[in-house]
Amino acid sequence: MVTIDPRTAGRSRPQGSGFELFVWYLMRITGVMLFVLALAHFSIMHFVFDPSQENASWIAARWGSLAWRVFDWTLLMMVLFHSFMGVRTVITDYVHGARARLLTMSTLYVVAIILFAAGTAVVLTLPVVA
Amino acid sequence: MLLRYRAREGMLAWAFHRISGVAIWLFVVIHVVDIYLVGGDPKAYNTILQVYASTPGRIVEVLLGAALLYHALNGLRILIIDLWPVMTVYHRALWYASWVIFVVVGIPGAVIILRPVIGPALGIGA
Repeated sequence: MVTIDPRTAGRSRPQGSGFELFVWYLMRITGVMLFVLALAHFSIMHFVFDPSQENASWIAARWGSLAWRVFDWTLLMMVLFHSFMGVRTVITDYVHGARARLLTMSTLYVVAIILFAAGTAVVLTLPVVA
Repeated sequence: MLLRYRAREGMLAWAFHRISGVAIWLFVVIHVVDIYLVGGDPKAYNTILQVYASTPGRIVEVLLGAALLYHALNGLRILIIDLWPVMTVYHRALWYASWVIFVVVGIPGAVIILRPVIGPALGIGA
């Protein structure tokens, strides 16, 4: 058995809480999906195409394909979970007062819900152009 | 923080992961709002896209791409260590390997993004 120096070990698997263990696994699953989806998205938007040729009608034409709407919405769900749960870990590490913790966490979740709603709304409602 | 501690690879890997993660989160907040405008206010979206295509915009995009690539590669390193704890012994080697990939993939990527800015100077056109 290899002994692992706790100074170099990763954030260890949570013990004793089903919810925290669930989040721990989901961070890793969404991380792997984002490795593919987010890097593909960045490559498409900056290497295949260029921001100088992208505008609202270009997005509308791209979203004429259901597959790209599904791709972008899946990316949105993965990134919202991964980034907001990541910042939740940062807050847990640095914000200690009960009031400050409540305030920062509530703000975090409210912003997450707003982005979930706004992102989902635009993916679902942007008119299909021929 | 990074200067005060005698930081070694593991701590730097962690600090860069955290800094790049928070930076990407900040961009995601901005980016979902600007994409919402595609439906809500297309004219405003087109104006914002001109910022993305500008020289300062491209420099920020290179930094964003660097944060994304580092976070993705180091995230893979964390996953490898989580799944096979014995790999913790090689965590330094894995970190250096991730930097090799970062440079090999990142430098051409940065050149492509900055081509309209540096292209004329290098004689490769926009």
